Amino acid sequence: MRSATGSHTGTGTWLVQRATALMLAVAVPGLIVLFMAAWPDDFSAWQALFAPRSSRVLIWLTGAAMALHAWVGMRDILMDYVHPVGVRLALYLAVMITLAASVAWLAAILVGAVPGSAA
Amino acid sequence: MAKRPVYLDLLRIHLPLAGWVSLLHRISGALLFVAMPLGVWGLSVSLAGEDGFRRMVGCLSSPLARLLLLLLVWALAHHGFAGVRHLALDAHWGVGPRRARQSSIAVLLATGLVVLIAAWRLFA
Repeated sequence: MRSATGSHTGTGTWLVQRATALMLAVAVPGLIVLFMAAWPDDFSAWQALFAPRSSRVLIWLTGAAMALHAWVGMRDILMDYVHPVGVRLALYLAVMITLAASVAWLAAILVGAVPGSAA
Repeated sequence: MAKRPVYLDLLRIHLPLAGWVSLLHRISGALLFVAMPLGVWGLSVSLAGEDGFRRMVGCLSSPLARLLLLLLVWALAHHGFAGVRHLALDAHWGVGPRRARQSSIAVLLATGLVVLIAAWRLFA
């Protein structure tokens, strides 16, 4: 029987952690270099950085990969240090909600971040 | 026979350097988790309009905010370098006490360099 905290889920999450780690190892330094190279002095320059659809898609994918990666990592940490099952499941839920809300919020920001339509 | 499972007291055991790098990898990862919603919030405010952008720039110019930013730079740099090291270990590269110690030193040095450059950019 599967326990409340899951069993035999290790290989899948390990793979997710490693795959997202590889993506982030490329995407995060790439985004940092892009932003540093075009460092904005004012609002319109800042907004222009988010104008191309490609940059918005790239930023969102990076955020989504980060959330998946953070989920596996936080799950590992909670598994190691929080032993009462009820408390651990509650913290799992809190982490999941935080990450899902962050990614959804990021999507909403990026969809709305078209220059000329500042609200 | 000791009662199983045994949970190690981190304050009493002596960790090798690779253990410290691994522990800091966890701490920096947890910090980055906390920073993620804050970063999305900052992005939201800064892109909401002229006022929000200026508010965020003002917010980030305070010494305390810059110190927190530097902490985040440390977390991102350490997590990234130590993470690449873990990926290398997955591929059985650098396994063994001597190489593991050398790569741990490399991670700490690279992180230190990034933090120094960031500190110079933020405070000088």
